[in-house]
Amino acid sequence: MSDDTRNQMPRNLMPLWEVFIRPRTGLAHSHVGSVHASDEVMAVQAARDVYTRRGEGVSIWVVPSASITASDPDQRDENFEPSASKAYRHPSFYDIPDDVGHM
Amino acid sequence: MYSQGLIGADGRTVEDEEFLTRFQARIDDEQKIEPNDEMPEGYRRTLVRQIGQHAHSEIVGMLPEGNWVTRAPSLRRKASLLAKVQDEGGHGLYLYSAAETLGVSREQMTEELIDGTAKYSSIFNYPTLSWADIGTIGWLVDGAAIMNQIPLCRCSYGPYARAMIRICKEESFHQRQGYEIVMTLAQGSPAQKAMAQESLNRFWQPVLMMFGPPDGESRNTDQSVKWKIKRFTNDELRQKFVDATVPQAEYLGLTIPDPDLKWNEQRQGYDFGPIDWDEFWRVVKGNGPMNRERVAARRKAWDEGAWVREAALAHAAKRQAQAAE
Repeated sequence: MSDDTRNQMPRNLMPLWEVFIRPRTGLAHSHVGSVHASDEVMAVQAARDVYTRRGEGVSIWVVPSASITASDPDQRDENFEPSASKAYRHPSFYDIPDDVGHM
Repeated sequence: MYSQGLIGADGRTVEDEEFLTRFQARIDDEQKIEPNDEMPEGYRRTLVRQIGQHAHSEIVGMLPEGNWVTRAPSLRRKASLLAKVQDEGGHGLYLYSAAETLGVSREQMTEELIDGTAKYSSIFNYPTLSWADIGTIGWLVDGAAIMNQIPLCRCSYGPYARAMIRICKEESFHQRQGYEIVMTLAQGSPAQKAMAQESLNRFWQPVLMMFGPPDGESRNTDQSVKWKIKRFTNDELRQKFVDATVPQAEYLGLTIPDPDLKWNEQRQGYDFGPIDWDEFWRVVKGNGPMNRERVAARRKAWDEGAWVREAALAHAAKRQAQAAE
């Protein structure tokens, strides 16, 4: 749940860590939430207690929330619009006769 | 927690019409609102209040159950109860995280809880006097919570909705372990069955109050429904809960303590008697049987844990300094 608001929290508070969990080998670590902890050792311990009580994963990453740089939501259109207007980037843009078979 | 989270919520907002119309269009389009997105101040404030109260409810909810951990009647019951209490702590943390995405700090929320300004669900201001209460809480309190929380999984605010999805998955275990406890008592000796009935008698009305005041008196509902923070009204959820619960009580051979309770064929639902709203407001305003003890217990835990937090931070600072050398 990374976001800029939380990265601006005062320094004297218990630091915030983003938690990523690999559900099983073969899958990527995914963001699951966050924990407060004094350091990375405590953060991994807290993440284990909070986010893996029912076999949710086999590996945990913790990253200081303040280390995450996020794209600006106000620039969402400029950043991500091209993926909508460039239909020719997708296979369905091209007409191939059925006779050719699966391609 | 739940529908009570909106009591006293201030949905007033100062943005211009154009901004509000644009925001409402996103909501109507079922788009989720994420932390960095622009949102009306009233929407943010309502969510901070509701999610904060929901988080506090999970944390304070550990206290009535913790009361019975050392006296659980078997190792199996003790292990289940410990796991359930641990889940409640976890749920509180998911929810505090969701509230923090709205710019409020964990410390601030904790301070509001222990200085008595923040609210939490009225249900946790009732004592757990017998072992049967642990069963009743799982069956009815968690049952009512599930009824409230399932629609919250579709709440318009992304982090809250995601936290609710996790919580709902775990909550089902809570209700089943509670029902199993009540079932064991109901099928036991006459004294055990009487203990289950007595517990149901005490908790029934307070559980119905968990859904919050009647729709006529709940002036914050309209705006919250429009913003899709809330999907059903308090009375709709209360009715769903009663309709689901009465057959469960019948199966146990227990009697719902309400002489006016009867099936309404026309409505296809149960009619039920009046709720003591004076008692509800007394408890919400801090004068329930356990309000002072609950807040005092949280304050004690926070104060007595201060040295641990300080030591952990000092240790982290020392390690950082050593690494820099």
